[in-house]
Amino acid sequence: MRHIISLLMENEAGALSRVAGLFSARGYNIESLTVAPTDDPTLSRMTLVTRGNEAIIEQIIKQLNKLIDVVKLLDLTEHKHIEREMMLVKVSVDGARDHVKHIADIFHGRVLDVTQLAYVVEVTGNSEKLDAFLDALQPVPILEVVRSGAMGIAAGDISLKI
Amino acid sequence: MDSRCIIDSSCVLQNESGLSGKSVKKYYLVLEKMSVELTGAEIFVQCLKDEGVKHIFGYPGGAVLHIYDALYQQKVVNHILVRHEQGAVHAAEGYAKSSQKPGVALVTSGPGATNAITGIADAYMDSVPLVVFTGQVPTSLIGNDAFQEVDTVGITRPCVKHNFLVKDVNDLALTIKKAFYIATSGRPGPVVVDIPKDVTAEKAEYHYPESIEMRSYKPTSDGNSRQIKKAIDFMLAAKQPMVYSGGGVILGGGAEALNELVHELNFPITNTLMGLGGFPSSDRQFVGMLGMHGTYEANMGMHHSDLVIAIGARFDDRVTGNIEKFCPDAKVIHLDVDPASISKNVSVDVPIVGQVEPVLRALLAELRLRKQKPDQDALKKWWTQIEEWRSRDCLKFDQGSDKIKPQDVIQKLHQVTNGNAFVTSDVGQHQMWAAQYYGFDKPNRWVNSGGLGTMGFGLPAAMGVQMANPEAEVACITGEGSIQMCIQELATCLQYQLPLKIILLNNGYLGMVRQWQEFFYDGRYAMSYVDSLPDFVKLAESYGHVGMKIEQPGDVEQALKDAFAMKDKLVFMNFITDPEENVYPMVPAGAGQNEMILV
Ligand SMILES: Cc1ncc(C[n+]2csc(CCOP(=O)(O)OP(=O)(O)O)c2C)c(N)n1
Repeated sequence: MRHIISLLMENEAGALSRVAGLFSARGYNIESLTVAPTDDPTLSRMTLVTRGNEAIIEQIIKQLNKLIDVVKLLDLTEHKHIEREMMLVKVSVDGARDHVKHIADIFHGRVLDVTQLAYVVEVTGNSEKLDAFLDALQPVPILEVVRSGAMGIAAGDISLKI
Repeated sequence: MDSRCIIDSSCVLQNESGLSGKSVKKYYLVLEKMSVELTGAEIFVQCLKDEGVKHIFGYPGGAVLHIYDALYQQKVVNHILVRHEQGAVHAAEGYAKSSQKPGVALVTSGPGATNAITGIADAYMDSVPLVVFTGQVPTSLIGNDAFQEVDTVGITRPCVKHNFLVKDVNDLALTIKKAFYIATSGRPGPVVVDIPKDVTAEKAEYHYPESIEMRSYKPTSDGNSRQIKKAIDFMLAAKQPMVYSGGGVILGGGAEALNELVHELNFPITNTLMGLGGFPSSDRQFVGMLGMHGTYEANMGMHHSDLVIAIGARFDDRVTGNIEKFCPDAKVIHLDVDPASISKNVSVDVPIVGQVEPVLRALLAELRLRKQKPDQDALKKWWTQIEEWRSRDCLKFDQGSDKIKPQDVIQKLHQVTNGNAFVTSDVGQHQMWAAQYYGFDKPNRWVNSGGLGTMGFGLPAAMGVQMANPEAEVACITGEGSIQMCIQELATCLQYQLPLKIILLNNGYLGMVRQWQEFFYDGRYAMSYVDSLPDFVKLAESYGHVGMKIEQPGDVEQALKDAFAMKDKLVFMNFITDPEENVYPMVPAGAGQNEMILV
């Protein structure tokens, strides 16, 4: 099953490689990983998307918690949560400007850059929505795709904070 | 007013913000609050003193010269010069395992650090509390492929509990404090502190915190009381229970509590390789070691049990055999300090996360509260069954052979030392025989490399054991393959007058490899015959020790007596043993625990 896990870790050099190293050393699957400092500059927040059966996810969570730099962790999948990913897509618009604009509008996307031959479109949403957007663009040739990886936050009053 | 002012070594008053004149004068008022500025190297030494460290094992080099200079100028912290950095770390491990104190090693950058890796990985696998200091090239050169630079933090990351690179001398003392705290608390393990050379030269105010709290690291200690109650419920309901205890009992100082609990329950108990000594092997309730070379009764008992009570053990594959076939009818209680060990390999019915000793005490207290007692009728039947398995006498060996039997040497070693020696071992058949035949009654006496299985461990580990226990008898049981992996430490033993007794079970083969080749490769002995062996007696003598060669079974006991009578000498005993002796019982890889090859 797909799990989205958020964690707070000490904003220390090497903290990210501890997480990345853990996943490769133990053969865990990692679908995406995003990380940036929080409002408290001593802490980074990381969102991980991974897949595995229940036992593997349990191990992943325990092993992450065991890392000395990890301060706190929340498996968002266990809670009602909001997930967002951002994508920048460069599409060739030769003869397809209206189509691209139309699809972008449907997905609440924004066209950030316009040239004769290409648009850069920004779309935000959960990961399936971004996949759907790429599908909908067909048959327009896609020149480049950049995705941020998923970020997540729990809904309601559950907070990942110290 | 800022009281953080500083006197440099020439005793000129300064303060951090560079205030001068009038404002400096004011600082005279708070003189007693002031601390002296020390170099990083001096801070390093002072931290060790404040941490109560008496011995460190190390080897110098360019990046740690400032530190060595600071060590040279004091007498509190004794530095033991090994002959290879792997030896330093294994010695620190032996020190830690036999003393309940952390082991400390110090090595230089680059090759010093890479030579230490095997020891660090070994300590990681066996949860040994160590702090390993590595020198590093100056901060300005890091990342430049400087002379003797390696990314020590990167290389060691997968085999440490944690590691640090200290980039600022002002962080040094706090980092060292954290390193000792992390290494020794929770599930212990090695912590590496990488210190660039310039950091050891720069100066800072010295302050060593008494205690420390880390928001990101809070090792759990007391078990959950609901789980403790549930565990007792399970124990009272069990008909065929088996206690299976591991190295966690030794590391967590839980042997006494375990003793009380197991006696009160009258359950059979088996130990893992790492757990030997956690329960007296001479006790009737002890059914021997379990696992690949465990006893028939221990493995059969596990396989047929309806309740496995795992205490400070981690269901290693050498213990469980084929996990699909493992304890098919058992419920599992698992007590461990490391939550990640629980339900990792085997799914657990009653998990208890906590420090072994207090949780065992809590279990005892709960048990004593209950009116109900363990099911005596069921236990009686269970014990009858176990005694039947035990009567199989799976550790018997040919007593009338004209060749020296390695098992016999170990049994005689037990007799000659009254079972009181500290015993280290290397890795191979001799290790298994030591585990099976020495009979450990006390914790912390059996020091071996279980998780990583590191040949070369035994001799340097024995040095650490002897440093920590200067009055004790220390024996290193080894093979002619293993001993040659750290043989250079014989020089260290002479320099520091360590009167170890080296028991070489010389079968002329990499015996454990040969045994697998005999069983599973139709006797094709690829590279397992150890040719061109040195004359070990002369070798020992050339290092300044006593050497003995023992070839007759009848000479074994007297030779051991003679060796142990030489209290202040290292004696290297080369026992020429039966070359084709095998370790029995054996659970072949992939088989279930009940599928043993027996003699
Ligand atoms: C550093 C290292 N290399 C290789 C091995 C694989 N290995 C395990 S046991 C063994 C043979 C050990 O031979 P010896 O020390 O003579 O002991 P014996 O088995 O004969 O008692 C080998 C090569 C190991 N455990 N460690």
